[in-house]
Amino acid sequence: MKKRYNLTDLDCANCAAKMETAIKKLDGVKDATVSFLTQKLTIDADDARFDDIMKEVVAVCRKVEPDCIIHL
Amino acid sequence: MRNLSKKQKKMLWRILLAAALLIAIKLLPAEGWMAALCYLVPYAVIGWDVLWRAVRNIVHGQVFDENFLMALATVGAFGTGEYAEAVFVMLFYQVGELFQDYAVGKSRQSIAALMDIRPDYANIEQDGELVQVDPEEVAVGTVIVVKPGERIPLDGRVVAGSSALDTAALTGESVPRDVLPGDAVISGCVNQTGLLRIQVTKPCSESTVSKILDLVENASEKKSASEHFITRFARYYTPCVVLAAALLFAVPSVLLALLNPASLPSFLAGTVWSNWLHRALIFLVISCPCALVISVPLSFFGGIGGASKCGILVKGSNFLEALAQTETVVFDKTGTLTRGTFSVTAVHPESGYTQEQLLEYAALAEHYSNHPISLSLKAACRTDPDASRLSDVEEIAGHGIQAKVDGHPVAVGNSRLMERQKVSWLPCELPGTIVHVTIDGFYAGHIVISDLPKDDAKAAIADLKASGVKKTVMLTGDAEAVAKTVAAELGVDEFHAELLPADKVAWTETLLAARSARGKLAFVGDGINDAPVLTRADIGIAMGAMGSDAAIEAADIVLMDDKPSKIATAMRVSRKTLRIVKQNIWFALGVKAAVLVLGAFGAATMWEAVFADVGVAFLAILNATRCLHVEEFR
Repeated sequence: MKKRYNLTDLDCANCAAKMETAIKKLDGVKDATVSFLTQKLTIDADDARFDDIMKEVVAVCRKVEPDCIIHL
Repeated sequence: MRNLSKKQKKMLWRILLAAALLIAIKLLPAEGWMAALCYLVPYAVIGWDVLWRAVRNIVHGQVFDENFLMALATVGAFGTGEYAEAVFVMLFYQVGELFQDYAVGKSRQSIAALMDIRPDYANIEQDGELVQVDPEEVAVGTVIVVKPGERIPLDGRVVAGSSALDTAALTGESVPRDVLPGDAVISGCVNQTGLLRIQVTKPCSESTVSKILDLVENASEKKSASEHFITRFARYYTPCVVLAAALLFAVPSVLLALLNPASLPSFLAGTVWSNWLHRALIFLVISCPCALVISVPLSFFGGIGGASKCGILVKGSNFLEALAQTETVVFDKTGTLTRGTFSVTAVHPESGYTQEQLLEYAALAEHYSNHPISLSLKAACRTDPDASRLSDVEEIAGHGIQAKVDGHPVAVGNSRLMERQKVSWLPCELPGTIVHVTIDGFYAGHIVISDLPKDDAKAAIADLKASGVKKTVMLTGDAEAVAKTVAAELGVDEFHAELLPADKVAWTETLLAARSARGKLAFVGDGINDAPVLTRADIGIAMGAMGSDAAIEAADIVLMDDKPSKIATAMRVSRKTLRIVKQNIWFALGVKAAVLVLGAFGAATMWEAVFADVGVAFLAILNATRCLHVEEFR
């Protein structure tokens, strides 16, 4: 399943790149893009575990950039 | 001031306050630890959030981030007694960040404004009154009302009213398009003159506007080679510079401690360990790759935005990048280089038939076909067709049509059909598509149909040549003679005629094999029947795609109107974008490298270092926003 989420307070481009790398490493994530310019996260992940995966995504993003909020 | 966000305003006040405090302290006669204490006040005002984030990120295991590096550098400067410098550096850093933030926000806004074609409401009539509803809620088949000055919210067909439509937001074209009842209209156009009633043909999620917005928003996901390079570079750059900083401090300090002060090597002579610490701190300030990480994607984003201003939709940064290296451009003929509307220009019957008879038989046989040639035959035939006279219609792909008219077998098609029927046919001296007709198995004559080149086709080919395309090729299913005339008229280098759809793919493969390793091949078609070639080419360009889903699906670049000259425009936008990307990469790397070298020899201050970090990022962003300006190409 592919979904797109809006982000707020994603303030640095390098953090966006780091978030993207971290999300891609998660189990069950097929592909992910964090766009600093559109302030959007696009994620393609397993349907069955999608909600669990999103929880992990939020957790890793908080680690990289605590100010950034993902609008689920 | 007014355009700043709340967060930015707060930062501006902090900067002003810290600057004022700094000046005040400069005037105080404080010395030693008193001075340190005084400078701590503006430092806290300006830098508390950086310090806080640095600590928090270390706890989270994020070591080499900007905040940490800035905190380390300024705390280090404080530690070596450079109080004023520490505050200045932090102040300068925050000013730079604010500028950066503002510039990025600004360009993001202008790109968003460009994409502001999403309609907010649709008018529907309820009990004789107009009601505004969300376009998402309008069902297919509903009749909506669009007043002059309003944007058409959904794709549909005009059922009543006539008007002129402004399609500029979609095509970049400034001449309005006239619509009458029966015409298909697409969402995103602005109704200029008359009231229109439109029957909706597609739900909101499938409307042209939704498709375009989706496409452009997704474009930044397909990254270019330059963006991949920068991401990889950034991953190694910071750790390397930090390591270099550590060595720059550790090695000389150890040597200074171990060696005899009287016999020091020249680069150590006259230095103490704190000098080396200071140089190492300068390294840390420069170690953030932000200028590149922001400006390169921003340039591509701007380039894609700029292209869409001209009515050119690019599906990804990678395609925009590839476009600049285009070496071969392959065109489909009909509908791409030529207008695609055929008209009968001559009728040459054999003895025994009149012109009218020949046309009538041909038009009847082609009655059920929607091929452009059939349409022109039907348009030229004056008598009303009576389909009941027609039976046993058989369409032979790439050849023509066989049918019975009033019980007489009739065959209408090209020379291949004649050969298949083993009928001798006569060539025609006129250029155009020749439609041969046999009645009862005997040759009855031919009809000449021609398709005129588009007005800008010749200029488009010349333009491509001028912008560095080495070879232009035209592929067509049409007859050799027609193709030759058109190719000569337009100045196309190479043409291949009488091709079946599969042959077009084969020729594209051959041309793909012939291009140089770095060169790219672009195929331009109108999206009808050429989806396989569009996908096979390095860059598939579909034109005249307003409302054609298949073309938008298959192509990498979509020209919203049907002007071949837009291809050269797209190439220019692409070249400009890449030029700006290169400028930014070399400028940022150059300045950083220079300051690193100067810093290692003790010739750079922290001022230069902060400039190499935030100053360069700011300038690179300003440069990147130039990608959005495409007025010169329109």
